[in-house]
Parts: sequence; structure tokens; C-alpha cells
Amino acid sequence: MHELAVCQALIEQVESIALARHACEVIEINVQIGPLSGVEPELLKQAFSVACAGTLADGAQLNLASMPIRVCCKTCGEITDALPARLVCGQCGDWRTTIVSGDDLLLTTVEVAVESGPGIASPATQH
Amino acid sequence: MCNTCGCNVTHGNAHLLAPGAKLSRTASGRESVSVLRHLLHENDQTAAHNRAHFDRHGVLAVNLMSSPGAGKTALLEATIDAIGKDLSIAVIEGDLETENDAERIRQRGVRAIQITTGSACHLDAHMVHDALHQLDLSEFDIVFIENVGNLVCPAGFDLGQHHNVVLLSTTEGDDKPAKYPVMFRSADLVLLSKSDLLPVLGDFSPDQARRHLQQLASAVPVFEISARNGAGMEQWIHWLLAEIAALEHRMGKLDAYTPELQTHAP
Repeated sequence: MHELAVCQALIEQVESIALARHACEVIEINVQIGPLSGVEPELLKQAFSVACAGTLADGAQLNLASMPIRVCCKTCGEITDALPARLVCGQCGDWRTTIVSGDDLLLTTVEVAVESGPGIASPATQH
Repeated sequence: MCNTCGCNVTHGNAHLLAPGAKLSRTASGRESVSVLRHLLHENDQTAAHNRAHFDRHGVLAVNLMSSPGAGKTALLEATIDAIGKDLSIAVIEGDLETENDAERIRQRGVRAIQITTGSACHLDAHMVHDALHQLDLSEFDIVFIENVGNLVCPAGFDLGQHHNVVLLSTTEGDDKPAKYPVMFRSADLVLLSKSDLLPVLGDFSPDQARRHLQQLASAVPVFEISARNGAGMEQWIHWLLAEIAALEHRMGKLDAYTPELQTHAP
């Protein structure tokens, strides 16, 4: 169950981003995750609900976008879908392939709420 | 183009979304920050630091991974017996509890640092970094990191090693590469350990294990090896020596490059 360690690393990264923006709250966290990342999305979600307590990410929505496994064949050049234990070319069947997607474990965006202050383009300050 | 991963941000509009800029915050005071970083970014940074440390001293770092009981410590003992007189070896041992494995290594006169992880199922770069503080790398040629016995979690964490060596013992199924693709995909070398048991077991096919590995698009070498009767040890030692030579070659190039830079300095 290394998802807790991965989740703690995620929360630390999110907190430092939020602090740098003087955010008071983290609203949404978007992560891309592939089956070959070695991290189980469901376990990561469970870990998050525990690990976020008392942090700036407490209560944030964690969105996990599952990336499909795609391989590029070195022989025929086709890009096809593949399975975790069968990363062969879907077109010609050759095993000499490279992963195009599916091993991702990427923090893509974080949405934070910022305290209102001068220079913020919000309807309240434009009046 | 979407609002999730940041692909709608171009060179032309990026300045509008910079911190504090006109569009950096929405009407509700929300700010969307594009990150695009690996979740284990912090670990990877420390791993890169560890690797630079190994490189600077020309020390080959090998991360050994397998399920519990596949023979990692026995392999290290046999390796020390084979090359311990010619090369200076240090071992970083990862276990949940006990110093047993480190003691086995120390009995062979080799420096061993034990990391006890408590409940953690893997080593991470920070743990290895702390262990490296107890080693003077200028004294060593190879550092083996014996990871926690586990075919799942250790695969996700870069430690700063140069190579991952994964052991698959003949007492396990030959379909382990298919069952644990993330681990076996990370391997730079696969050792089919306890090969002396092959004639007795009869149901482990090294060819089948190789086929499963190939299905993971892996072209890494696979050696059958027995720490007990010494079969395959020569091939393994040869691989290690070749990797030490390759590392020295890379380092030599870097050394040679430095004076060239200096000659262009004013």
C-alpha cells in the first residue's frame, strides 16, 4: 500500500503550490494516472480522504483521469491500445514497442481559492 | 483543447494566466494552476541528487528487487565471495524489521547499512539519501541497495540507482512478469534465481518466463543463476564488471570535458 506515500507526496506538492499563490483553500486537484504507473486509483482516492485531513487540501475534489495504455510499434510504426501484461503491437503483433501513454502519474492542474485583494479581476472589485 | 490538463494554454495567452495576471483568477476568486509534474517529483529530485553523488565518486549503484525470499541476500553473499577481494562493496539493506540481512553481509566483512522501514513496503530516495550519509563513497566501487521484498511498491520509487536488477526465483511461478508488469518493466536485468532447483521443481520454465517478459516489450538480459552451486555467477559478475567499466567511461568523458570548457573561459 504505497498509495499513502504517493498521496502524501501529492498533498505536499499541492500545499506548496497553494502557499505560493497565497491561497486559502484548494478546490480541485487533477491527476492523470495510467494502469502502468503502479498506483491504484481507488486506493489513491481512499488514501487522499485520510491524508488530506488538516492540510490546505482538506475537502478538495480529487479528479483522477485514467490514461489508456497505448504503444508505438518499432516495426510497423502503428500506435495501438495494449493491456498491462501484453504490451505488443495491436496491428502486427511485434513485441518491440514503446509506451506512448499508460504509465503516467502526473499532477496536471490545481484549482485554488485565493483571498480577495487589490488587482483581482472579479465582479466585486470591478464595481 | 480542454480546461483540465492545461493544453489550452499557448505561448500567445500564457501571460494572461501568469500569477497575478488578468485572467489568473476567475470571478469567484479561484485560480487554476497548471503544474504538469510527476506526483513523486520530490522523491525524483532526491533520487537525482543521490545519482549525482554516486556518479561523482564513480560508484555503481544497483537496486535489487524481488518478492520476499527470492534470494537477494544469498546472491549478495555469493557476489561478495566472488569479487569482494578485488572490488570494494557496500550494501544498503531495506527491511521492515530486524538487522538480520545486514548482519549476514557484515559477517563477510562488508559494510552494510540497515534501513528498517517500519510499516513502509518500499525504500524511497530520502531513506537511501540518509543511509548514504553513513557511507564514504570514495571507499567503494559498488553499492548494492537491497530493496524491501515486494514485487509491487518498490517499482514506483527511483532511489538514484544506475540499474534495477529484478530476481525471479524458480520456486515462484514463471508467469510473475505477467502478474507484476510494472516491476518487471522497470528491470534492466532479470535473474532467474535458485536455478539449482529447476530439475527438482519441473514446473518452472525459464523460456516461459522469458516469453512473459517479452510480452512486456522488454529486451533486457535474463540469466539463470544459483547462489548455492554457483551456476550463472560468472555471467552476473561479468555484467557487473561491464557496468562498472561503462560508468567509468561515462565519468571519464565528463572529466575530459571540463578542461575543454575552461580553455574557452576568458
